[in-house]
Order: sequence, then C-alpha cells, then structure tokens
Amino acid sequence: MAFASPHITAYAVEATEYPDLARKYQVSGVPKTVVNDQVEIMGALPEGAFIEQALQFTSGN
Amino acid sequence: MSLISPADQQKLRDAFSEMTRPVRLLFFTQALGCETCPQTRQILDELPPLSDKISIEEVNFVLDADKATQYAVDRVPAIAVEYEEEGERRDTRIRFLGAPAGYEFVSLVRAVLLAGGGESMLSPEARTRLALVDKPVTMQVFTTPT
Repeated sequence: MAFASPHITAYAVEATEYPDLARKYQVSGVPKTVVNDQVEIMGALPEGAFIEQALQFTSGN
Repeated sequence: MSLISPADQQKLRDAFSEMTRPVRLLFFTQALGCETCPQTRQILDELPPLSDKISIEEVNFVLDADKATQYAVDRVPAIAVEYEEEGERRDTRIRFLGAPAGYEFVSLVRAVLLAGGGESMLSPEARTRLALVDKPVTMQVFTTPT
C-alpha cells in the first residue's frame, strides 16, 4: 500500500525488539496493524479492510 | 557461511533476476546500544550476492541524523527500501524496524521485488481506492519472528 500511494508509509515492526512500541500499542497478538496511531486492526484481514482504514483519513471524512 | 540454504538461494536468485531496476536497502545502524544491528546486517548481506541489482547502504543513525529524519527513521536497526528510476532515487515508503528474521525476511524479499519492478499484490480496485488517500497515513504492522 505504501508503494501504491505517496501518502502512505508502511512500517514492519518486530515487536520483541521494540517492547516500548509493543507496550504503547498494547500488542498482545500478531499481526497487529496500527493506522496513524489511532486505529487498530487485529490479524491478517483482506486488503479492503486496510484500505478502508487508510481512507478514513482523507479530506472530507 | 550463508544463513540461506543453496536451494533457497537459487529460488531467490531466480526471483530477483526478474527485477528491472536497482534496489537499495538503506540500513540505519549505530555502533553501540543496538543489540540486533549485527544480526540485521548479517541478514541483509545475504541479498547482494543473489542479484547485481541489490545494494546495501549503511547509514549511521548517530552521525547521519539528518538522513534518518529524512527517511522518517527514529530507531535502529531500521531498513528503508528504495529504488532507482531514470537515475533518481525513489523511496517506496516501506520500512522494517528490527531484524527481518523469520517470516519478515519473506516480507523484505517481497518489498525488494516490488521495488525492483515486480507486480503489486493489490487488486486494481484496491489501487484505485488508494488513489483517494490525500493525507499522510502511517501503517505499523507488528510481527514476531516466529
């Protein structure tokens, strides 16, 4: 998704190496995706779920 | 000694041979206080021998803080994936925080192939929807090595 949009940056975060981040976002199971520090998606969902969350942040929403 | 079996090395070589443009992996590291930096370097070093289109650029997080800021990297080890098109460096905005071991290695390989000109895994509909995104969005995916 990051590759497809100039506005999206994607981070693959290894939770055991960054326990501070894992704590900040209360990561108790993986994969867990955090969008703009605000929305959490648990698990590996179809692409649509991630895209719709990214779209929540467009102008006019 | 390679971390990857000869059979897997060949599979990777074959996959990388399809790449149409050079890919650079920027490896943000520091000498002290980074336990997994050596391991990350070791994993990254596996890739250039498998393709002449893959290179690693090491960036010292402490000495080159501006570059780290430029790539929105605030901790190490971190990898930024970029490619070259028409002589210009282009950021894929894909970042790996932490050593890309286990399943994350597959993600790294996929990111390299994508940057190198490979096909996106997203559907055309998905890409049309994504074109509507007009504000910065960060997506942090938390994983573990197993």
